[in-house]
Amino acid sequence: MPELTKTPVETEVPETGALAAAEPVREKARSLWQDAWRDLRRNPVFIISGLLITFLVVIAIWPGLIASGDPGDCDLAHSLQGSAAGHPFGFDQQGCDVYTRTVFGARASITVGVLATLGSAVLGGVLGGLAGFFGGWWDTLLSRLADVFFGIPILLGGLVFLSLVGGSLWSVITFIVLLGWPQVARIARGAVVTVKQQDYVQAARALGAGSTRMMLRHVLPNAVAPVIVVSTIALGTYISLEATLSFLGVGLRPPTVSWGIDISSASSSFRNAPHMLLYPAGALSITVLAFILLGDAVRDALDPKLR
Amino acid sequence: MRGATQAKWVMAAAAVALAATACGSGGGGSSSGSASGGGGVVTAFWGDPQTTLEPANVNEVNGGKVLDMIFQGLQEYDAKTGKARLAAAESITTTDAQNYTIKLKSGLKFSDGEPVNAASFVDAWNYGALSTNAQLNSSFFGYIEGYDKVHPDAGKPSAKTMSGLKKVDDLTFTVKLTQKFSTFPDTLGYSAYYPVPAKFFTDHAAWVKNPVGNGTYKITSWTKGQGMSLVPNPEYQGDMKAQNKGVDLKVYTSDETAYQDLVAGNLDVMDQLPATQTNNAQSDLQGRYINQPAGIVQTVSFPLYKKDWNTAQAAKVRQGLSMLIDRPSITKTVLAGTYTPATDWTSPVLGEAGYSKDMLGEFGTYDPAKGKQLIEEGGGIPGGKLTISYNADRGNHKLWVDAVCNTINKALGGGTCVGNPVGTFASFRDQVTSKQMTGLFRTGWQMDYPTVQDFLEPLYTTNGSSNDGKWSNKEFDKLVGEANAETDSAKAVATYQQAEKLLVQEMPVIPLWYQNATAGYGANIGNVQLNPFSVPVYSQITKK
Amino acid sequence: MGRYVLRRLLQMIPVFIGTTLLIFLMVHALGDPIAARFGDKAPDPVVAAQIRAEFNLDKPLWLQYVLYFKGIFTGDFGTAFTGEPVIDLMARSWPVTLKLGLTAFVIEAVVGIALGLVSGLRRGRLTDTVAMAFTLIVISIPVFVLGFTLQYLLGVKWAVIRPTVSYGAPLNELILPGLVLASVSLAYVTRLTRTSVAENLRADYVRTAVAKGLPRRRVVTQHLLRNSLIPVVTFLGTDLGALMGGALVTETIFNIQGVGYNLMQGVRRQESATVVGFVTVLVIVYLVANLLVDLLYAVLDPRIRYA
Repeated sequence: MPELTKTPVETEVPETGALAAAEPVREKARSLWQDAWRDLRRNPVFIISGLLITFLVVIAIWPGLIASGDPGDCDLAHSLQGSAAGHPFGFDQQGCDVYTRTVFGARASITVGVLATLGSAVLGGVLGGLAGFFGGWWDTLLSRLADVFFGIPILLGGLVFLSLVGGSLWSVITFIVLLGWPQVARIARGAVVTVKQQDYVQAARALGAGSTRMMLRHVLPNAVAPVIVVSTIALGTYISLEATLSFLGVGLRPPTVSWGIDISSASSSFRNAPHMLLYPAGALSITVLAFILLGDAVRDALDPKLR
Repeated sequence: MRGATQAKWVMAAAAVALAATACGSGGGGSSSGSASGGGGVVTAFWGDPQTTLEPANVNEVNGGKVLDMIFQGLQEYDAKTGKARLAAAESITTTDAQNYTIKLKSGLKFSDGEPVNAASFVDAWNYGALSTNAQLNSSFFGYIEGYDKVHPDAGKPSAKTMSGLKKVDDLTFTVKLTQKFSTFPDTLGYSAYYPVPAKFFTDHAAWVKNPVGNGTYKITSWTKGQGMSLVPNPEYQGDMKAQNKGVDLKVYTSDETAYQDLVAGNLDVMDQLPATQTNNAQSDLQGRYINQPAGIVQTVSFPLYKKDWNTAQAAKVRQGLSMLIDRPSITKTVLAGTYTPATDWTSPVLGEAGYSKDMLGEFGTYDPAKGKQLIEEGGGIPGGKLTISYNADRGNHKLWVDAVCNTINKALGGGTCVGNPVGTFASFRDQVTSKQMTGLFRTGWQMDYPTVQDFLEPLYTTNGSSNDGKWSNKEFDKLVGEANAETDSAKAVATYQQAEKLLVQEMPVIPLWYQNATAGYGANIGNVQLNPFSVPVYSQITKK
Repeated sequence: MGRYVLRRLLQMIPVFIGTTLLIFLMVHALGDPIAARFGDKAPDPVVAAQIRAEFNLDKPLWLQYVLYFKGIFTGDFGTAFTGEPVIDLMARSWPVTLKLGLTAFVIEAVVGIALGLVSGLRRGRLTDTVAMAFTLIVISIPVFVLGFTLQYLLGVKWAVIRPTVSYGAPLNELILPGLVLASVSLAYVTRLTRTSVAENLRADYVRTAVAKGLPRRRVVTQHLLRNSLIPVVTFLGTDLGALMGGALVTETIFNIQGVGYNLMQGVRRQESATVVGFVTVLVIVYLVANLLVDLLYAVLDPRIRYA
């Protein structure tokens, strides 16, 4: 059991932007994370979402486990046909097997979602946290830097940036991180500013606690919750953003298989062939659900006030 | 409630437009069938023109729609047969296919009352050709003697007018061409050759804002981003008199959006139905749907400026690839029957005048085994990988490119062929014209006028204006030149087709399919026809 | 306070230059826009050279940027390729988008906060679960799928509304597009409010207020909501700009000739005058909204003081 559920925790916790920094003060930080872990193990929401995510990640790595076909093997003779023996989800416009494509699409979609979320959460969390904690010039500089990127509407940015560099997996992820981090940064900054005003932090400061210690012991655990909430929601929106980018013609491109590509090509024929839209969209919804539930559980566990 | 708010803004619109046509933009959403535009005014699908409406500057469909409604050229094309017939011209005569005498009908007037005379044409053409006027379609005057003086390849023009254009009397002028060109009269229905009134020169800014022409309709109001209202031009005397009380062109953000309005009954006539809806159109519109051949051929071109694709043996690879494309299946499925498999490089709308049912021969037939063998004989695909570039911002290109790649991959193995979407049409054309393509790329041709010359000369002669793959063949150039000079039309067609046979041998461009023209219309609309350029013949539409 | 505002206004200058320069460079890097003017024909060199000169495209890049901004300060936003001055294009797009953006904003703020508050107050109960499921669905459906589906069902199939917005964009026709545009942000606001409310519910001051015997309504509106709104207001403030510039897809689907649609057309024509012109105004809207948010902080949380 612990083996199974470990993966998701590791993917989740760095979103707080803390794990790396927490290493040197492990002795002191340990209790919080340990407490959280003890809480999580007993939380059914965490177990279910953890199992689901583990399953999705396994499928993303080894799609062959549950689908034997080749997503590029398409026959126009089957174009838009409904389900048939061996093809439970039917065929898309190109005559490709929707089941196979849905399974194989997990890899690109989950990679985009997870890496883009991690990237923007780490970058945004760290920069926003620093800005909020130190204030002054740091705050000014980092907040304005965030503004430069945040001022660009995301779809406009995508249209231009991806037209420029092409829609590879890495360019889509880079793009989302570049335009996604300011949002996390603002939330993180806001949370840190609020926490800093709290009595217990003021008290710690009055007692002469150092910056690093204050940040890790007092501010961080309390500022993490909003970042996790925003990040887990963001993960879902990033996966569907990938679909919207495909719809605009600048997203991932063949031979990459992704839910976004399939949803965008299905969007206009949902009247004739709803199955084309239903399955990739359903897979996307389940993935988003799993990550949001996980985020909720982790946040609850990390919130000391709940204990 | 709805009625009240809408009435309010209809009244606001009425202040801008003429009262008779203004109500066209209102209309109830839920009321079925009866679209806006009361009193016999037809509402039609449109988009903002991408250029000013100067006749020689318009090179896209939205501007073209308006020009064809507000202008009458020397010739006009019959909606059914596509044949050119005299319109503003009384006669166009020549003895040597190089010197033409054009006589105008007398008594023709622009909608502002000014007479249409020889000067209206001569001045308009000189304006269109002069390089400093920066007209996008100036190359259409390239055959007229003196064009090189008013439009040199670089630097300032050394003359203001073309020496080949001479006004003889009020209603007559002569045109001298640089070479023999027997189908020249057939080209004269094209919008670049329309006349302009004196006001075009005396108050250019006002004309550009509110263009005045000599056609079936005249413009009463034009609001960018919303639409244009046109009413019948009382001065018009031609054969294409308006059968309705006017046309309101409505600007839409996308064809998908306009289609929803058409089905909901808020729009009367829509051309170019979105490809994704053609499956539904028949039932959505209960048969009020047109799907007919048009003068558009879709092709993929090879970058013959790249060494790999231009070896002695590469022609076999190119021919082989043509055989790996399952044209009938693709047109039937992903293209939903609105395209027809191509058998040559022209278009079925030409009929006897140049179209061929078997030009491509075996290379147009899907035969994976034979195709693969040819490719191997030719040395295989350069680099082992094939890309097909296309612009992803409009049209259904992704659909068919993926389908073409799938059928090619079936024969050559998965992953050999992939589509390469380019974000915008602008980058795509920039890459094509600056010769940056490395693999195949999408090309297509919509005819300017229904002649076989228009399908061959601009596209495949060495200096052709749309020779994107930079194929060059002296024999081909020579044959086209000969055909252009031939006065006997049957002989000319035979010579053009002789040239076309060289395309079969060399396959610089693979013809894929002919695009049909599609349109849908509302329940109380009658007599909708599409002309050979896929545009509705607005003047003949009736509305109950 | 006055000095703070002044400082922030001065800080806007580098952000403004940064964002517009970034967009300007990216649009420029897309390539030469002139070839496309000639459709499928090869550009005529003399005509192309004249058009380039007309739009300053023949000048060095830095000079183009300087010339453009010199123009802006004299009220000249340049000309679109269609010959229409960009200022005219903006004059007819901004009012429409302002209406759409504000409609979406109101929907997002009112519905989002209300749903979030109810959810947060009844955590774990049925209302909460339903609200959370709703946000999940909204997040995981790409905006174009939502738009197309609702447009078809409500506008065509059941014919209860007009499928497209008429010119001038009357408010009653903007409700559906506004809802589609607001959908993802609505989910964000709901979840943020819920988290914040749930947390503050356990805060001492709420307990004190309840213990004091204050009526529940008063506790919720005066104490709980006011304190819970800080992160939500941050989000709403930053979202206002995004709603206006990010409506590319929504505007296209519902036939609204607004800022997003024209920006997209500008990018597709690679017309830097149009793109940079619109972005200039968007950035100003965004920066001002941000400043207002920061000032609102002080109102919502009296402990925050700006010097």
